[in-house]
Amino acid sequence: MAEAKRIERPLSPFMFVQYYRLQLTAVTSVMIRFTGNALMAAVFFLIVWLLALASGPDAFETVEWWLTSFIFDLFWFFMLWSVWYHYLGGLRHLIFDAGKGLEIETAEKMGWICVYGSVVLTILTVIVIWL
Amino acid sequence: MHYQTDRKRAAGKGSAHSGAEHHWFMIVSSVALACMVPTWIYIFGNALGSGYEASLATMSRPFPAILTALVLIVGMLHFNKGGRVMIEDYTQGTARKLLIMAYTGFSYVMIACGMFALVKIAL
Repeated sequence: MAEAKRIERPLSPFMFVQYYRLQLTAVTSVMIRFTGNALMAAVFFLIVWLLALASGPDAFETVEWWLTSFIFDLFWFFMLWSVWYHYLGGLRHLIFDAGKGLEIETAEKMGWICVYGSVVLTILTVIVIWL
Repeated sequence: MHYQTDRKRAAGKGSAHSGAEHHWFMIVSSVALACMVPTWIYIFGNALGSGYEASLATMSRPFPAILTALVLIVGMLHFNKGGRVMIEDYTQGTARKLLIMAYTGFSYVMIACGMFALVKIAL
């Protein structure tokens, strides 16, 4: 039997921890999943807030005190960043799905837009809401 | 001799017998959320920490209440289906089944609790 010619085949991205060099486009894509899951904490506390609001002033006062404490301010800040990152990352995937922006240079540029854009949008939101 | 075209004989014989409706749902719900979420953040961000009376007044108005309901329902279905793609990528067997059940259960519990609260506030 003839010796099989070895061909350099592309590896699955799911092997990346061991064999695959991390790339910006992969990391920014995984972060969409991470932020999407993290946002469920915001949904949970939104529901706590709504249920407290529905059950009356006493329950609401306690819940509001917690949800506006310093630790929760940090939490909401992180959630705001998550929602904006997920938002921009989702837009990037809509562009990819339309068959555009798939050249490496453009794809990486859009990845950086997600990273920096989410921080900018988070700070802008904080300014708009709290000032 | 076949009188059917190749296209006709191939139709419906894909391995899964179904197509991209899961992915299409993610696209549709993401566009819906992209339109709703910025306004909703503004409303909720202003209501949070404004005190009982002001928060109740905001959530009693039709627009904030309906928008909150829509963001919650569409958002949780988006989370459920999107999370399922992730679970199917990384897990197998019983762990996969249990995680899909947990994600689905969480999604519907959040929707039900939110709807209950919104209706009670509105009444």
